[in-house]
Amino acid sequence: MARIFMKGNEAIAEAAVRAGCRFYAGYPITPQNEIPEYMARRLPEVGGNFVQGESEVASINLVYGSAQTGTRSMTSSSSCGISLMSEGISFIASARIPAVYVNVARGGPGIGAIQPAQQDYLQATKASGNGGFRMIVLAPYDVQEAVDMTYAAFDIADRDRNPVLILADGVLGTIMEPIMLPEEKSPEEVKALKDAKRNWALVGHRPDEKRAMIEPGRFAGQEPANIENAKLYETWDKDIQVEEYLIDDAEVVIAAYGISARIAKSAISLLRKDGYKVGLIRPKTVSPFPYASFANLDFGKVKAILDVEMSIPAQMIWDVQYAVRGRCPIETTLRSGGEIMGRDQILKAAKELCER
Amino acid sequence: MEQLVYKRTSLIRPDTSSGFCPGCMHSTVCKLIGEVIEDLHIEDKVAVVFGVGCNGLAMNYLTFDNTTSPHGRACAVANGVKKSSPETIVFTYQGDGDLGSIGLGETVAAANRGDNISVIFVNNGIYGMTGGQMAPTTLIGMKATTAPQGRKAELHGYPMHMCELLDSLTAPVYLERVSCNTAANVIKTRKAMKKAFQNQIDGKGFSMVEIVTTCPTNWGYSTLDALTFLEEEMFKEYPLGVIRDKTEGGK
Ligand SMILES: Cc1ncc(C[n+]2csc(CCOP(=O)(O)OP(=O)(O)O)c2C)c(N)n1
Ligand SMILES: [Mg+2]
Repeated sequence: MARIFMKGNEAIAEAAVRAGCRFYAGYPITPQNEIPEYMARRLPEVGGNFVQGESEVASINLVYGSAQTGTRSMTSSSSCGISLMSEGISFIASARIPAVYVNVARGGPGIGAIQPAQQDYLQATKASGNGGFRMIVLAPYDVQEAVDMTYAAFDIADRDRNPVLILADGVLGTIMEPIMLPEEKSPEEVKALKDAKRNWALVGHRPDEKRAMIEPGRFAGQEPANIENAKLYETWDKDIQVEEYLIDDAEVVIAAYGISARIAKSAISLLRKDGYKVGLIRPKTVSPFPYASFANLDFGKVKAILDVEMSIPAQMIWDVQYAVRGRCPIETTLRSGGEIMGRDQILKAAKELCER
Repeated sequence: MEQLVYKRTSLIRPDTSSGFCPGCMHSTVCKLIGEVIEDLHIEDKVAVVFGVGCNGLAMNYLTFDNTTSPHGRACAVANGVKKSSPETIVFTYQGDGDLGSIGLGETVAAANRGDNISVIFVNNGIYGMTGGQMAPTTLIGMKATTAPQGRKAELHGYPMHMCELLDSLTAPVYLERVSCNTAANVIKTRKAMKKAFQNQIDGKGFSMVEIVTTCPTNWGYSTLDALTFLEEEMFKEYPLGVIRDKTEGGK
């Protein structure tokens, strides 16, 4: 398959269609508008449906409804729009409905800058809605990974009957890069994926069949469902994805995900040329988090961890601290509010730690 | 010769009680829903999207596919279902707080798009499930736990008329207000529901049946006094009848 040049948002949308997504609902918000715009053009070509929701609240509920029919369904938004979806996401997780959504994150809190940021980490990984449910959250760091993760997200969602979040940011959404697109599922495959869910899907059942009863929580007696869900979350160790980059001899280990990690990698190549022993641990799944990668570091060698995030105050640092448990200092270098991480800033912070 | 003239709808479980309060018209509404589904022979392709409110008590009681939406979002959920499973006959079952307050946006947008769904809207002028707080439909002067002195226009505005509000839009195909206080009105409600479902089957678009009902428990009336209040006060504010009918032969 040929390499093509595509903008992140459009590549994500195309990957979703190729994965068999046949329903998208969304509300305009920068920096992800190309996703709904692309879906509005593309979905009708494959017999799918695009709805411009009247709000993010409506959009997530349109997806909740569509996904209940067994149709692969998706929405996307950015930061404050994602906040508006949180009740719906909680319902989807509670009712155990497969769905995929994308946060092309921008600044915050509040309406935030429209430029890229990573200020939704804790919301994305710990509490995307009320009630203590969990989700697998994939954090791409280039457009190819955004494509591959979006494609895979639909399989994970179906496997677990649970929402899956792609946590991207405004850089990834708007940058153009050469990519390889995954294979497009055939109409027969898409139909088979839907039909496989018919036994529980809200499509109408004959009176002699078991009816579909989608229960997003109950007035009473919800605990058994919570226990079931907790069991599912415990199976996710196998789903952890992490990149450990040049950490074997590292004296300073950078902790970063998404676009910050990409910039950090570029800084590391320069640092290495100058003889600084700096490595990177990059969680690709930020939930479940690769705690072991940090916990298993050789703390005889590692002088410090440098947490690099586009969030002030830092957020992922909570997970890093949880894994490191005080065995080495954790310092930060941060930007936020739509200011993109600078490579020089990372160089300076890492050198200081190496020379400590 | 014996002739069967009436039987209980098979779409209500015989072994479960509904949980509705005595005198509540939700039970009649549920019965009519079951009968209409049987009339139309759509038992195998019907699905209800419950709103959040007393209607949700029917969850364990109606025997066909069902789901619950977040409070107010039933029309959005139903449209999502319909778009991705066009052969499914999907309807929402919502209260006045659900449809007219928290879900006003979703209701108006679905009606305005002409989404091909049917809406069963139970207007009891109050928040029943949560214990009698003021609804957008509460009458002027009517007491609610959050309007202890009664609804005051200067403070709370006026009762909202959802059928008339939606009648200002171009797309909706059918809007009718009915009640279940008399046998004649029950028959009208059944007809209206059937029409709302038939419109969807025929692909005509958005239909809503508003059923003006009592809530003896939260109105603080006996069943009979609640009926009197319904007929003397509620019907004055919410006159029964067809508000919009764009189907053939309609007005
Ligand atoms: C987001 C949210 N807000 C509030 C509630 C609490 N709540 C449950 S039912 C209800 C009122 C429903 O009133 P109405 O729609 O009129 O239905 P009724 O019970 O009167 O039939 C409210 C406010 C909720 N479940 N979810
Ligand atoms: Mg009510």
